[in-house]
Amino acid sequence: MTAGQMSEYRRREESITLSVVGEQPAEDTHEELLTLNFGPHHPATHGVLRLLVTLQGEVVRSIKPVIGYVHTGIEKTAEDKAYWKVIPVVERMDYLSYYFNAMAFCGAVETLAEVEVPKRAQYLRVIHLELNRIASHLIWLGTSALDLGAVSIFLYCLRERELILDLFEMSSGARMHTRYFQVGGVIEDIPAGFVEKARAFTKVMPGRADQYGAILNANQIILERLRGTCAVDADTLLSLGVTGPLLRAAGNPWDLRKAAPYSSYDDFDFKIPVGTVGDNYDRFAVRVAEIYESVKIIDQALDGLPEGPHITTDRKIALPPRHELATSMEALIHHFKLVTEGFRVPPGEVYYPIESPRGELACFVRSDGSSKPARVHMRDPSFVNLQALSHMAEGSYIADMIATLAMLDPILGGIDR
Amino acid sequence: MPDATGLELLAKELRESEDVGARAILGTLHFRGRATLEVAPDNIRAVLASLRERGYTSMMSVHGVDYYPHEPRLGVHYELLDMSSVDRMTVVLRVSTDEPVLDSVTPDGEDGRGWPTADHQEREIYDMFGVVFRGHPDLRRILMPEDYEGHPQRRDFPVGGEPVIFTHNEGESHGVTR
Repeated sequence: MTAGQMSEYRRREESITLSVVGEQPAEDTHEELLTLNFGPHHPATHGVLRLLVTLQGEVVRSIKPVIGYVHTGIEKTAEDKAYWKVIPVVERMDYLSYYFNAMAFCGAVETLAEVEVPKRAQYLRVIHLELNRIASHLIWLGTSALDLGAVSIFLYCLRERELILDLFEMSSGARMHTRYFQVGGVIEDIPAGFVEKARAFTKVMPGRADQYGAILNANQIILERLRGTCAVDADTLLSLGVTGPLLRAAGNPWDLRKAAPYSSYDDFDFKIPVGTVGDNYDRFAVRVAEIYESVKIIDQALDGLPEGPHITTDRKIALPPRHELATSMEALIHHFKLVTEGFRVPPGEVYYPIESPRGELACFVRSDGSSKPARVHMRDPSFVNLQALSHMAEGSYIADMIATLAMLDPILGGIDR
Repeated sequence: MPDATGLELLAKELRESEDVGARAILGTLHFRGRATLEVAPDNIRAVLASLRERGYTSMMSVHGVDYYPHEPRLGVHYELLDMSSVDRMTVVLRVSTDEPVLDSVTPDGEDGRGWPTADHQEREIYDMFGVVFRGHPDLRRILMPEDYEGHPQRRDFPVGGEPVIFTHNEGESHGVTR
């Protein structure tokens, strides 16, 4: 191409010379370290996560996560609210698995107050927990695939999540942050038609998950970016406190639903998917396989859904039915006491762990005998798992770090609380 | 969980062992199926190391508690887990607000092993309660801003103690200028 054919833009571009810019770069540019600020507002950080990444060329040498951008002091807020009013605030911690937050808190308070949860309520909880697990995994799958360049899968995942949110709306009136779980059970029995709609969902979901697998497992870019990248062995992960799909991907079949069943999980027959080497592909495959197992649990819970009350009949803990208020003085008194002061919980401390979509989610509650908790702490799996990021991604390429961060599935609402 | 008898036996065993000693174990509590061992702050690393020898190899959680108005006010809880026998154990220690200092369990100890999972969680306790962990590799605030004053999870820290700055009250909050 001669100069005469060049556009004005190209001519100016060609005319730029580096000789006037200043010092020449260091002799060996491969030795030079570059500190890159990554986030907090970056689509690949899955929230407001900031990473200070030190790079040597394309290779990540160190990662320092900086968090706290969405810290809202929920644990402090909870100390100022009656026990039943804490449920809506703790639900907003890990905003993709709100039923799990509520379950951990309610379970802790039930243990403290020695409330027995009716069997039907336990089954209803399991149905909603597993629906929520699928919804959470769908968001993870969609956004992670988006990070890796597969755009269409995001739309498919949100399509199926919509079916789950419709079910949540049906049972509680809200699509997210439903406040469905209460201390002692669930706030309302499921409406007519819920079981049929849930069955319609469990019927289509495995086929849809097959489709995701068919799309992603045939996508060479995804496979090349996931396979063999950023593997960490199970012992290192355990010393870092990592639990959930990340640990199972490394071959350790630790799942609290099996190891220490709560809420009647021992009634159901399901498998725990585990990986072999613990690379990014295993992390991906374990979560996708968990979707099928969750569907199996929901089906069994719908089949075996027992009759009976949906919340404890202990009037000191749960509100009396609405119709009793017109006829029973005692019910009116209980109702008044519960909505004004709330119920009191015997003094003591409990730590109640459950298996959330991201690992061990535990709620520590200390009661001083009043109607407000003296301390609520959530052991959030995202917060602990984030420590493993530097172990996973140091020494790998920066593009692998993006894939690893996606497969880590951190939820910043849970990390910062 | 070890039952109440198992907890007492374990406490006795630790008191008689050389590396922990009788003065390290202050008490035991078995409540709602949760076994708690109260230890002296100075001995935390030794107690955790010997519990690791007894199978409690995973540390699932470290969190702080403010026992206001009881003294010593600040508590640190370590939740240990034995995965092979599905058993949990809580180790609790208390420090005063006057001298809230204890050894960090994060770095490797004399036996070459530490609890790296405690890294962020000890930073959170430092941030929220003001407990200082000696020997922590990177003890900085983690959730609150670095220049923040006070430890918000303490019980005497007011809810809503964070003033919102408008033009009319900008002079009242220190350290903020335009």
